[in-house]
Amino acid sequence: MRYAMAIDTKKCVGCSDCVVACQTENDVPIGYCRDWVVEVMDGTYPQLEIELRSERCNHCENSPCVRCCPTGASHYSEGGIVLVTKNECIGCSACITSCPYDARFVHPEGYVDKCTFCLHRVKKGMQPACVAVCPTKCMYFGDLDDPNSEVSKVLKKRKHKTLIPEAGTKPHLYFLI
Amino acid sequence: MREEIIISGRNNPLIDPQLHVWHWEIPTYLFLGGLAAGLLFFAGLYYLRGKENEYKTAVRIAPMLAPIALALGLIALFLDLHHKLYFWRLYTTIRIESPMSWGAWTLMVVTPVSMIWSALHIKDLFPNWDWKFDFAKELIAFFQKNKKILAWIMLISATILGIYTGILFSAFNARPLWNTSILGPLFLASGLSAGAAVVIWMSKNHAERKRFAQLDLMIIGIELFLIIHMFMGFLASTQVQIDAANLFLGGEYTAPFWGFVVLLGMIVPAILEGMELKGYKIPVAIPVVLVLFGSIMLRFIISNAGQASRWLY
Repeated sequence: MRYAMAIDTKKCVGCSDCVVACQTENDVPIGYCRDWVVEVMDGTYPQLEIELRSERCNHCENSPCVRCCPTGASHYSEGGIVLVTKNECIGCSACITSCPYDARFVHPEGYVDKCTFCLHRVKKGMQPACVAVCPTKCMYFGDLDDPNSEVSKVLKKRKHKTLIPEAGTKPHLYFLI
Repeated sequence: MREEIIISGRNNPLIDPQLHVWHWEIPTYLFLGGLAAGLLFFAGLYYLRGKENEYKTAVRIAPMLAPIALALGLIALFLDLHHKLYFWRLYTTIRIESPMSWGAWTLMVVTPVSMIWSALHIKDLFPNWDWKFDFAKELIAFFQKNKKILAWIMLISATILGIYTGILFSAFNARPLWNTSILGPLFLASGLSAGAAVVIWMSKNHAERKRFAQLDLMIIGIELFLIIHMFMGFLASTQVQIDAANLFLGGEYTAPFWGFVVLLGMIVPAILEGMELKGYKIPVAIPVVLVLFGSIMLRFIISNAGQASRWLY
């Protein structure tokens, strides 16, 4: 099992509903976020193109954060989801500096926090909060090893990219372009 | 003109707008750890080469600073942790792939070894020192008997300590400036240079001072060579690494790096030490302080500039 998420940059309107849903669902402290929206405007005026991306932890297959963690607090969980065990984390920030996506932050309580792909919901057969709440239905979540999962089907059909694949992290967050 | 404008909705403390999660604690520890590594390395090396009496300061006196430097460094490391009460988790596991785990275990070896080495020579500094308890005397006698093994452990663990401080950074490929294996040997060389400088400062023996001034000159030469190679490597690499190098070649770290680290911390003390070897009278404190200053600045600048270098936005 390999959980992954695909996000349609053509359908995303950048409303940040995913951000708010995540903050509510996961009790993310005020002033912090586990997912966020990036707007990239590219081109020569007036021929401009906008790409909207809802970004979060990439749950990489070759995670630098898991590799550099001195205590094993950062680890791979079910389906390759990268998690942090609170009471094993010493807050040394090595994982934060090792993440090329800057997806992690220090929780005010001291441990390092990040997106969990809402594993607690996924275990109950539900979708991650950000996916469930998206008003344009631009996010797909599922198992890459299951050819009938939504994410596998949409990745087969659509052109897609990952962020900085050259960092060698094998990210599991795909952007449909 | 083609332009790309990126707007990110993320504004996490310590992460945005630019990563700044490591402050003074980490570079301070890296300096103190490097200095301790340098002192212990020379002590072990010259003891094993049978020069204990010839280079008494290096083998017997100067290493007494190492446990102090390590203790202060460990305090700095502890202050850096955000989840402090869980620090013992470092010692419930060994993680081969994590440089920080290597470092934690190396410190676990090198700190007590440096204390034992200092205890063996404490009477050089305090002739009236009395160990009072019999078991302490027996322990000292035991280590005295096995001093050669102790020196080997010290030499090897000091080398690992000196190298790992650089590898800690270079293992993070997320920060293009740090992602060069040159940082390991460069930090080791910088620590050895700092250690040699301290020996020069403390020694009253002319032959010893001369030997360590020669050593320091050689190490500074190696450091300059490594720095040039580091930039050659960056400039021949990918765009993100070229951007990282440009932080030092016209960017915001140009003046502090070339001015403080290379000129004041390496070239000027090298010239002064060279002049001293030629027979000019130069107050020894000047090149020593400059070398130590350069060594601290190297850690601070590499730590800060590394956090400023990035892949994405």
